[in-house]
Amino acid sequence: MNNRLRWRKFVSNFMLTMTGVCAVVAVSVLFFILGYLVYHGGTSINWNFFTKLPAPVGESGGGMANAIVGSAKLLLLAALIGVPIGFMGAIYLAEFSGSSVAFVVRYAADLLNGVPSIVIGIFAYSLAVLPFKHFSTLAGGLALGVMMVPITLRSTEEFLRAVPRALREGAMALGASKSKTIATVIVPAAYRGILTAILLAFARVAGETAPLLFTAFGSRFWSPGWNQPTASLPVMIFTYAIAPYEDWHRQAWAAGLVLLGLILVINILARAILARGIAVPRS
Amino acid sequence: MATTTTTVPGAGPFPGSRSFISKLRDGDEIARLITFLFAASVVLVTVLLVYELWVESALPRHKFGLHFLITKVWDPNLDQFGALPFIYGTLVTAAVSLVLAVPLGIGAAIFLAELAPAQISDILEFFIDLLAAVPSVIYGLLGVFIVIPLMREYIQPGLKNTLGFLPFFQGPTYGVGFLTAGIVLAIMVIPYIISVSREVLLSVPRDQREAALALGATRWESTWKVVVPFARTGIMGSIFLALARALGETMAVTMVIGNTPTISASLFSPGYSIAAVIANEFTEATGDVYLQSLIELGLVLFLLTFILNGLARLLIVATSQRGSGVGQA
Repeated sequence: MNNRLRWRKFVSNFMLTMTGVCAVVAVSVLFFILGYLVYHGGTSINWNFFTKLPAPVGESGGGMANAIVGSAKLLLLAALIGVPIGFMGAIYLAEFSGSSVAFVVRYAADLLNGVPSIVIGIFAYSLAVLPFKHFSTLAGGLALGVMMVPITLRSTEEFLRAVPRALREGAMALGASKSKTIATVIVPAAYRGILTAILLAFARVAGETAPLLFTAFGSRFWSPGWNQPTASLPVMIFTYAIAPYEDWHRQAWAAGLVLLGLILVINILARAILARGIAVPRS
Repeated sequence: MATTTTTVPGAGPFPGSRSFISKLRDGDEIARLITFLFAASVVLVTVLLVYELWVESALPRHKFGLHFLITKVWDPNLDQFGALPFIYGTLVTAAVSLVLAVPLGIGAAIFLAELAPAQISDILEFFIDLLAAVPSVIYGLLGVFIVIPLMREYIQPGLKNTLGFLPFFQGPTYGVGFLTAGIVLAIMVIPYIISVSREVLLSVPRDQREAALALGATRWESTWKVVVPFARTGIMGSIFLALARALGETMAVTMVIGNTPTISASLFSPGYSIAAVIANEFTEATGDVYLQSLIELGLVLFLLTFILNGLARLLIVATSQRGSGVGQA
């Protein structure tokens, strides 16, 4: 009996230690990724990387200035599509809608959220590339915007719902109309959460590559205006990583470091905003 | 009541208690309409997405019918397209990734939910969340330059020497292939499994644990025989969620799978997945049937993830409702 107890205790301690090992392994992946990117990319980041166009194929040197600007333009378009639809849609869901309409909208958003990004790319292609017969920044922005909508919508709705009922009723008791209550009480009360939701959605699409492959396509030059194919950081990383040139690999690491740095900073920022507390505690 | 509504607009608790005109003046109906249009556009986009996938894949659907799904030939020159190697590659890599990710992910989730002090658990969860935010192309980058050489030089020869009698671990070791793609996918989906499973485990009522401990169970026995079974459905949900992610994952897989349409029992063999073939061939597809066959592959992928995501959501909701007696952390 004593032996059996000892065995059970041994199994318990052993298995619990193993779960700890699992957790350490899982988390250490993050530091491996960061470490490798800093190690390989850190030495390749220089002034040229941010200011020069890609060098002609076969020559070394050059940078990714066009891809950085391209990514910025794509993300701006994505935000212009994703934020208004997500935000206004969330207000409708949280404040105005009946349960059946809300169910349909939520279901559609969750469905859209689960669609693989490459399929979103096909969608944007058939909508914005096929009719015009050429790749464009607009098409890429559309693809990323569509991806941003469900993420912004669902989390914004959750934060709006977390605003205590008493605040709403207080505003209404003072004679404010519903739209006035939303604009002056509910949204300000939930603004930290809403900002977090938008930032996280933004960070999520910033690294998306697949939907850009056949919408924004890519380019080794500046892309004036919005109607031409454009380079972007994620697609550059992909093309450079699988290319057979040593110098391109070096730049792929540098681009990876810049991209991941940007995404992690936005993520940490978003969580910091939230951690300082929503203006009102969740009930 | 018309007089009261003009002096105290919005005071009525019932929607019908004010006249339409006064609501319109306050802008409520306008705000409602505008926000409704935005919300409706989400539904519209989703419907349009399914519609486009369906319409744009009409040619191969009529030409090949359901044979599309079970034909091995993918030959643009002959205009013959069959999706089987891609479906096979997608399923095999996803299966490999789950075999690796599920034990590790659930183990880590148990540690975070049951064992670690709340503060440490929160810090680790923060890192896990960051890990989930790392874009796919970065995993691909590390896959190409670190995992592939590692596989070619050490892991694949090692497996061949020890488990080479199994059909899974035979053939030449290129570094790229099903196994490599599966491993990279596993690393990518582990954060999803951990996050969702941890939350589900945390929602298990405290008295379940205490009852087990009071009966003389060890800490592990109470966790494994009481808490985990209680959260079983939710954990299954997290696995389905991870599976849906793994199936739809594009960039990392494209970079390490080898991009050769093969069906082979050996995991060392280079392969191809649905998402990878779309990524690689979409811009080069000449001819309507070719392009639309790729779009039909997109439709297949959409349906697969749609079903899995639906199941996952059902399971997660079912568990969190059952455990809802105690507030979630």
